[in-house]
Amino acid sequence: MTGRITGISGPTVSADAAGLKLYERVFVGHAMLTGEVVRIEKNRSVIQVYENTRGLAVSEPVEGTGTPLTVRLGPGILSGIFDGLQRPLQTLRDESGPFIKTAKALNPLDFSRQWAFHRLIKEGDTLHPGDIIGYVREGPFQHTILCPPHVQGKLSWVADKDIRLDSPVGALEDGTEIPGYHDWPVRVRRPFRKKRSPSERLVTGQRVIDFLFPIARGGTAIMPGGFGTGKTILDQSIAKFADVDIVVYVGCGERGNEIAELIEEFELLKDPWTNRTLMERTILCVNTSNMPVAAREASIYTAVSMAEYYRDMGLHVLMLADSISRWAEALREISSSLEELPGEEGYPTYLASRLSGFLERAGVVESGGGKAGSLSMILSVSPPGGDFTEPVTQSCLRTSGAFLMLDTALAHRRHFPAINWFQSFSLYGSELLEQEREMVPLEWEEARSRCKDILQKEEGLREVAEIVGVEGLQDPDRLLMHVAETIRLRFLSQNAYTEDAFSAPERTLSIIRGILDFYDEASKRLKEGIPLEELLTGKGLRGEGIER
Amino acid sequence: MQLSEHRYNTVSSIAGPLLFVQGVMQARIGEVVRIQSPEGKVLDGEVLEINGDTVMLEVYGITQGLDIKGTSVVFTDSVKRAPLSRDMIGRVFNGAFKPIDGLPPLFPETWAPVTGYPINPSARARPVEFIETGVSVIDGLNTLVKGQKLPVFSCSGLPSKEVVAAILRNARIMGREASSQERDRIRQAGDFVVVFAALGLTFYEYAFYETVLREMRSGFVAFVNMADEPVMERLLTPRFALTAAEYLAFERGMDVLVIITDMTNYCDALREVSTAREELPGRRGYPGYMYSDLASLYERAGRIRQQKGSVTMLPVVTMPEDDITHPIPDLTGYITEGQIVLSRSLHQKGIFPPVDVLPSLSRLMQRGIGKGHTREDHRAVSNLLYKYYAKGRDLRRLEAIVGRDGMTDKDKQMLDFADSFEGEFVHQGGARRSVFETLDIGLDILKRFKLEE
Ligand SMILES: Nc1ncnc2c1ncn2[C@@H]1O[C@H](COP(=O)(O)OP(=O)(O)O)[C@@H](O)[C@H]1O
Ligand SMILES: [Mg+2]
Repeated sequence: MTGRITGISGPTVSADAAGLKLYERVFVGHAMLTGEVVRIEKNRSVIQVYENTRGLAVSEPVEGTGTPLTVRLGPGILSGIFDGLQRPLQTLRDESGPFIKTAKALNPLDFSRQWAFHRLIKEGDTLHPGDIIGYVREGPFQHTILCPPHVQGKLSWVADKDIRLDSPVGALEDGTEIPGYHDWPVRVRRPFRKKRSPSERLVTGQRVIDFLFPIARGGTAIMPGGFGTGKTILDQSIAKFADVDIVVYVGCGERGNEIAELIEEFELLKDPWTNRTLMERTILCVNTSNMPVAAREASIYTAVSMAEYYRDMGLHVLMLADSISRWAEALREISSSLEELPGEEGYPTYLASRLSGFLERAGVVESGGGKAGSLSMILSVSPPGGDFTEPVTQSCLRTSGAFLMLDTALAHRRHFPAINWFQSFSLYGSELLEQEREMVPLEWEEARSRCKDILQKEEGLREVAEIVGVEGLQDPDRLLMHVAETIRLRFLSQNAYTEDAFSAPERTLSIIRGILDFYDEASKRLKEGIPLEELLTGKGLRGEGIER
Repeated sequence: MQLSEHRYNTVSSIAGPLLFVQGVMQARIGEVVRIQSPEGKVLDGEVLEINGDTVMLEVYGITQGLDIKGTSVVFTDSVKRAPLSRDMIGRVFNGAFKPIDGLPPLFPETWAPVTGYPINPSARARPVEFIETGVSVIDGLNTLVKGQKLPVFSCSGLPSKEVVAAILRNARIMGREASSQERDRIRQAGDFVVVFAALGLTFYEYAFYETVLREMRSGFVAFVNMADEPVMERLLTPRFALTAAEYLAFERGMDVLVIITDMTNYCDALREVSTAREELPGRRGYPGYMYSDLASLYERAGRIRQQKGSVTMLPVVTMPEDDITHPIPDLTGYITEGQIVLSRSLHQKGIFPPVDVLPSLSRLMQRGIGKGHTREDHRAVSNLLYKYYAKGRDLRRLEAIVGRDGMTDKDKQMLDFADSFEGEFVHQGGARRSVFETLDIGLDILKRFKLEE
């Protein structure tokens, strides 16, 4: 299982180690860098190294671990800040300073912490992998302790008070000890009993999404947009306000300062639904653009495994990744250093299948423990030059349920969120309708189609106005243009730096209702002969005008 | 430093800046090598790739004159490091960190690897402290804060160096309370320093910058790789500069402003090496890893929690063919916290600095302005100016089609507003404006036009 390095090229290392398995985790060099076996040939194994290979020399040792790349799952993940390999970044900072200099392996979980444990089974019960042993309280949640994979048999004892993760929570009759945590291979999706169709809406607090392009719990959405179109702000706004139990935020190959900002804000701000600080419901997994590229590739798998773990407790989990393009680029860098035959734009030909495999890990499931939870995904995409025909956008498009296209022209006009209302779509509309009908009979549906209609007509009128000038338009058309503008400025836009950053469904509906009521009323008055100018200034109207 | 050196005479091939050596025993990635040419000239290089006992080297220098028989290579068993000391301040070095100002060599207090280490994201402090650049379009609408990286996107022929010079002359790293005496005190105390990296500049451009640097009251450190100097060194120069900046900021507690010009030359050098390595070319021939490579430079800007000092970065990018979607500005914009975009048409109108505010952006502005940072009305003034100017610009297109007479009075006013905004707010010539003056000018224009919808 051990061998020596024979070649190094970027993050890729060849070794003469025999007996390694594909995707086995290995330690590379004296510095014990983490790597993964990505190809096995007759006389050599090719290893993808997850850390910077500077300073690594040929003939240094390579050592197999016998297990694949894993993530450690157990109480204490919540509120954590991890890198792409699940190293706890705050612990790393406290131990070795502000710069990441070492490749040191650190335990992601705090083994010295005490947890009050409530057992749900007793001695003599038979235990299978995935069975619930008991739970501890982690923040507001009941964190279920599951029987680890490969552990099976009759229970000889089980803890019934406080536990610490460095000692077992129980043991089998054959003497096998059962830890309160387990390691899970990141590239394998966690099993479930049954997958269901998404049918509940996920309130994001962003009107343009909740109203025009709704996302379902357990659904997937992508947000492609050039730089400066507001992907990160939108991701972070949704992370703050979404109506879910747990948010897993992946900073994938993006800016360090953004993460600093996010951490500071989340430690202060409150979750609007529960009034607890946001950090209490958040897990961060960050591999900024200057951190090792290969770990960036792994980061989304590390994150999704943690997300699935909480989903299995019957919770609603939302995973946001900013940006999935950086993951794809990492994949491309790795592929090219393996000298694989490139597909479109240099991306490996398996880009699309990897992506759809990853997106399929979202969904509403019934876990082995019998609980129903959901994992939703919102991924931002950074197309080069803002050109949406590129492979990553196109591959995502095929498997995602909602497509929120961010428009550079809107962003330059500072219309945020810069979601283009003509090009974007959501496939969840019809499933969610049922639920909406119960909430507010028919109103959403009708308002939505009227709103779309007005915006569509405005577009046509705008072209006419380009030729004849606004003055040359008929009064009813000018009124429509005015209403459309109000919809854009007062309804579809939401400034992330104001109170309006979050809009609850009631508020969303009441704003659009106000605008549409104004339109109806003004149209009627116009027909009665009241001059348009008076209507636009609000003078010629009875009743209240538009809600701010 | 050097534990064990090995010399080899087994060069097997040479291709542009790359050299292949066979039969090497224990090479390390990133290891520094010294290459001796048949005439005895010594060049620096670095191990890029190892395959069995064959090692690929990148040579920082001109490989002309090297051959297979007479060239020898010494492997030094150490990675590239920069010699660091406070005495760097006031000095001028070449791209390989050798003094070119005729003064004696530096006595290093410490050494650090030039590639640096990533800042742990959880150790970063979020940038919030306002830097007054004295330029209205920046201070008023695209505010710069300590620890930010904010590039200037220029086009060939536009006065990017004059814009940078204006910032260098006028930047006050201290917030609003600083009086000018206080500012001088800070500069003299040496808490503020400029690190300047010239990449592939012509002598004419460099001479301009040198004059500006010498006239400044604050300290500076310059690293100069001129247009006729080795291209490979261009990949190293910004790394030396940033290693020096990090040392001054995080070991010495200073506020460091790093100017790197021109990043386009850097990227072209990167492409040259990539092509020589026969790597698969990405968009426009630039390598697929250019995003990560650029990030390894730009991300070195920042602040650290509970620590003094900061690295703020103002790189200059010349957009080839004036195209903002070209990979160099595109990838830069994806990494940096905004961009200041210069415009040819404003320049033709005689406006200085010719900054087009519509595509320009400072992503960290929101936290650095308002009460306690600049002035309470800053956000409102800037939002309004931006909004009306955007509208005015939109209307200019309409005006071109339907003529001014076909427009409403309100629209005509909006057009005039856009002209005044460009002529009075954006245009300031060589004058320095405090942020209060900037806001007052903005308020004045807004009041004059009374554009309430
Ligand atoms: N909802 C919003 N409200 C106000 N400003 C916004 C909003 N979204 C984006 N912005 C502005 O746009 C800038 C760029 O947004 P960001 O999310 O960083 O873009 P991207 O991630 O797409 O590059 C922000 O710094 C901010 O100034
Ligand atoms: Mg972003």
